[in-house]
Amino acid sequence: MNSSSSPLYAKRRRRNFITMALAYGATGFGLTWLVVILAVLLWEGFSGLSWAVFTEMTPPPGSAGGLLNPIAGSLVMTVIAVLIGTPLGILAGTYMAEYGRYDKLTTVVRFINDILLSAPSIVIGLFIYEIMVAQMGHFSGWAGAVSLAVIVVPVVVRTTEDMLILVPDTLREAAASIGLPRSLMIQKVAYRAARAGMVTGVLLAVARISGETAPLLFTALNNQFWSTNLNGPVSSLPVVIFQFALSPYKDWQKLAWTGALIITLAVLALSIIARILAAQRKTS
Amino acid sequence: MSVAAITVPTVTHVLSKDEDLMEKVSIRNLDFFYGDNRALKGINVSLYQGEVTAFIGPSGCGKSTLLRILNRMYDLYPNQRATGHVTIDNEDILSSSQDLNLLRAKVGMVFQKPTPFPMTIFENIAFGIRLYERVSKSELEDRVRHALERAALWEEVKDKLGANGLSLSGGQQQRLCIARTVAVQPEVILFDEPCSALDPISTAKIEELIDELKDDYTIAIVTHNMQQAARVSDFTAFMYLGELVEFGETTRIFTTPTDRRTQDYITGRFG
Repeated sequence: MNSSSSPLYAKRRRRNFITMALAYGATGFGLTWLVVILAVLLWEGFSGLSWAVFTEMTPPPGSAGGLLNPIAGSLVMTVIAVLIGTPLGILAGTYMAEYGRYDKLTTVVRFINDILLSAPSIVIGLFIYEIMVAQMGHFSGWAGAVSLAVIVVPVVVRTTEDMLILVPDTLREAAASIGLPRSLMIQKVAYRAARAGMVTGVLLAVARISGETAPLLFTALNNQFWSTNLNGPVSSLPVVIFQFALSPYKDWQKLAWTGALIITLAVLALSIIARILAAQRKTS
Repeated sequence: MSVAAITVPTVTHVLSKDEDLMEKVSIRNLDFFYGDNRALKGINVSLYQGEVTAFIGPSGCGKSTLLRILNRMYDLYPNQRATGHVTIDNEDILSSSQDLNLLRAKVGMVFQKPTPFPMTIFENIAFGIRLYERVSKSELEDRVRHALERAALWEEVKDKLGANGLSLSGGQQQRLCIARTVAVQPEVILFDEPCSALDPISTAKIEELIDELKDDYTIAIVTHNMQQAARVSDFTAFMYLGELVEFGETTRIFTTPTDRRTQDYITGRFG
């Protein structure tokens, strides 16, 4: 009997066609909006891109200016957040994957970490507001950096643990078999094998925090002027975008688009670097 | 305490050429547990200096488990424990005061799958040497070269010592692992199915190597391949369901086994 003409097979083919059509449709629908968002962003942001954006301060409405202070503020707070969050995250992830893999504590830490990973960032902002801004009596760049660090930690914990668990036990046994103590095995063998993945995790954490607005609104607030004082309010790109985009002034709105484009391109660059590193991990 | 006096009625030890044999590793009344599961039952066996001992038996019989006790590899995992007596040079290695890193430097291991470290060929070997010795750069280079020569790999890699160890073929990687083990200057080397992931040519090279190495080391090899056991070993231990059924000179085990189960296994009736 020719199976292609059987009613069962015909039914299966119809069902396959419908499912495929739905899948393609959903993909197309999602991609369309993504493309529209990027196109509008490029269209609106690119025309405002100029040297002045990177060299001048945010202007009062009606005059010319740039985004130097928010770009610098974002960079400084991001760097500090990564410097605080990465060691904490890597050490915790190392404990979970290497020392405490079979411990109850690891299960508990992993559960709490997953909650932190998906916690709304506005909650983190409020938390840091309560414990830092309210205590110090004023907004500050330090509070902004700490709130971003709180977002970095769970991302780095998760990727560090995942990447270390991917390192095969046979490699750990091989290291142990020549008399390597566990601490050296982790530093010299496991980290080396998981390095690309762990760096990718840090880069993804940077990408994640570079667009965060809510935690900074409650902590670093904003600053119209150049300021290197992290004890006072510090400007940042996401908050400036938020403020300028909501304003009625055309030139502020223009700068908001440009700022959004800069963040998007920076995150895109980070993602590409992360992907290249991840690909290297697979081939090595 | 003396453990040599313990008599073992269930195991047939028939050694005809024990005139000049020196016992390096002594295993007496050894039990091993994975949680509550008793995987080894009252094992009694000896490894002799300068001889190759093969452990054969069907999957799950406990051969690898036994091997992993000799360097306390099981200590890396929770809920695994060994009871009984295992001595190397009359030193109890199961004692809780045993320094595991020193034990493992003395008892090297080569695994089923080649496991080069993610570093250069040179570093793969130099790493282990630097761990326990302070050596000059030129001495280190000599030691690396010597280890690679012992593992019959030097000619193939001498021009690319800076290449990643993972860039080698499977057979070369396994010989690199042997070189790495030899470089630490162990006294006992454990081979856990070292050829099961290799092609026949690489397998022949490893077997040749084991034959050369046995002059200087005490060697134990776990294998599924009975021809391999017959080719490389001086003594053979047949294990079945966690018990050591029969132990003796390889030629005798393969020609006139005394236990019915040994005979059935080597003639391919089960396993």
